Amino acid sequence: MDISKNNKILEVKNLKTFFYTDAGVVKAVDGISFDLKFGETLGIVGETGSGKSVTALSILRLIPQPPGKIVDGEILFDGKDLLKVSNRELQNYRGNRISMIFQDPMTSLNPVYTIGNQIMESITIHRKLKKKDIIKESLKLLEMVEIPEPMKRLNNYPHEFSGGMRQRVMIAMAIANSPSILIADEPTTALDVTIQAQILELMESVKIKTNSSIIIITHDLGVVAKYASRVMVMYAGKPVEFSTVNNIFYRPLHPYTMGLMESITRLDEEKKEELKPIKGSPPSLMDLPEGCIFRVRCKYAIDKCRKKYPPLIEAIKGHKVACHRAYEFLKGNLKNID
Amino acid sequence: MFFYIIKRILQVIPVIIGVTLILFLLMYVIPEDPARLILQKGATEEALQNLRVKMGIDKPLYVQYWRYMTQLAKGDLGTSYRYRRPVDSILADHYPNSIKLAIAAILIEIIIGLVAGIISAVKKYSFWDILVTVSTTLAVCIPVFWLGMMMQVVFGLKLGWLPMSGMGDGSLRYYILPAVTLASVSTAFVARMTRSSMLEVMSNDYITTAYAKGLSQFKVIGKHALKNALIPVVTLIGLDLGALMGGAILTETVFSWPGVGRTIYLAILQRDAPVVIGGTLVLVLIFVFINLIVDVTYAWLDPRIRYEKKEVNV
Repeated sequence: MDISKNNKILEVKNLKTFFYTDAGVVKAVDGISFDLKFGETLGIVGETGSGKSVTALSILRLIPQPPGKIVDGEILFDGKDLLKVSNRELQNYRGNRISMIFQDPMTSLNPVYTIGNQIMESITIHRKLKKKDIIKESLKLLEMVEIPEPMKRLNNYPHEFSGGMRQRVMIAMAIANSPSILIADEPTTALDVTIQAQILELMESVKIKTNSSIIIITHDLGVVAKYASRVMVMYAGKPVEFSTVNNIFYRPLHPYTMGLMESITRLDEEKKEELKPIKGSPPSLMDLPEGCIFRVRCKYAIDKCRKKYPPLIEAIKGHKVACHRAYEFLKGNLKNID
Repeated sequence: MFFYIIKRILQVIPVIIGVTLILFLLMYVIPEDPARLILQKGATEEALQNLRVKMGIDKPLYVQYWRYMTQLAKGDLGTSYRYRRPVDSILADHYPNSIKLAIAAILIEIIIGLVAGIISAVKKYSFWDILVTVSTTLAVCIPVFWLGMMMQVVFGLKLGWLPMSGMGDGSLRYYILPAVTLASVSTAFVARMTRSSMLEVMSNDYITTAYAKGLSQFKVIGKHALKNALIPVVTLIGLDLGALMGGAILTETVFSWPGVGRTIYLAILQRDAPVVIGGTLVLVLIFVFINLIVDVTYAWLDPRIRYEKKEVNV
């Protein structure tokens, strides 16, 4: 793989995924661009309905079609545009070079096949091995995701596992062929808090062991802060800010990101202020406002915001933001008003 | 699983008692003297009485019932009033014909029903889907006997392609019309249930997982969707199998098919109690037995309902 050049393993350019429903066109993802560097963990955050999951599914073209359709963009992986390869060819990437872990482990495993069957399937699709070696390989995977008594567990069905254990199985399936990229779509949302930490630690250790890159999609800013090196913030299907985790948390340049930061509890701040939720609710994706999509909820909105959508520009090196007033924030000219 | 099967087999005993009791009472209600049926007109009262004593039908009903049950326990289904032959040999003559017809119908049901259902689910809203929807609606609406007669007229009389009735030499040609008639309604149900079940299953997360693993659409549908979608369909087919094995009275009558359904139908007309009771009893047993097989198949399809407690690790 050509990673010497600019160190990028995946590049998504101007991705647009729309859903054509009876009620109208839903622009779930509308012009997303980002890149994933070799070995990094990239966080994608946003509220429910901001297009995070659709972005993730679009990368492997897993959008149910119809009603969904990827209408524009490029997804460059290993010099190939994944949006242009045939279905047959795409199957070689899915689960092999790029794997996914889904949100709800309770429903992501097929209830009528054993765990062993499903893990072994992941291996046999992409590798020609002897039955004996496949079993050996599966046991190794289960050990890697820390499932006790793997030999016995191979013959169990999903309903005999708890949620956390099932997510471990999902991870085992995802890393079966040592993929270069692991896409985790809210991998811990459906789990208990204590299990969440275990799963995230596991993903981190697996990432190091298998030398892969991770895209983690979440609405949990704590997860992002701890595990991601760079973060993309999404709002209503569009990227609003994209930078390192430090910049996003300590020097946000977009009013939406600022709002997000104010709406979470922080243990490192002494002053115990009340949490400030962002006023209003996200716009309908079928009927987006003209100009900046966030302006109706934005306390810094000016006339310009009504007329023109601010493009995502690099305000300073390594810090992209889509706001007309980003430079003012940058210079410190704008104080946080209430 | 073993104990489950044993338990299910033991449950058959109360079913046998119930069925025989009801049928006995029903046949007793009919004011017809079996002795007169056998000896026809002109028999003397003495001869009739002798026969009644010989047959044991002069005794009160509970004595008759007890006698029937003790005979049944020995595997004896009694003797036909009309044909003076053991009931089991009459059933043995006709039953294979019914089974052959039922198998032919079930094959049509499974093959056409499943294929049509899968195609119409996978190609939702396509021409094929609409074709399946329309034809299944028609098949459900048309009465079986009317469909049978129409096919006799069209394919037998007008076109002359296929024999109109009977079993002839037992070649395949004779099966087509009655089997299609017999299968029509259930094929439509199977197709519809397969379609809706497939559509439901295909929207599940584990289908996305299967695609994300890199499986082809064929494998995703054939392996991951179908086995889940089949669970309700198997129940339907199983119930149907039981019903079909019970002889198809309408179809067998329309096509003069020498099966057990038609035999029971004729026995009812002729007040031939032993044949009615014995025949029905065998049908009930077969129905129960097939249901047991269906339940076992069910457990194979869906591990969540294996019939024994298993340790669940959380």
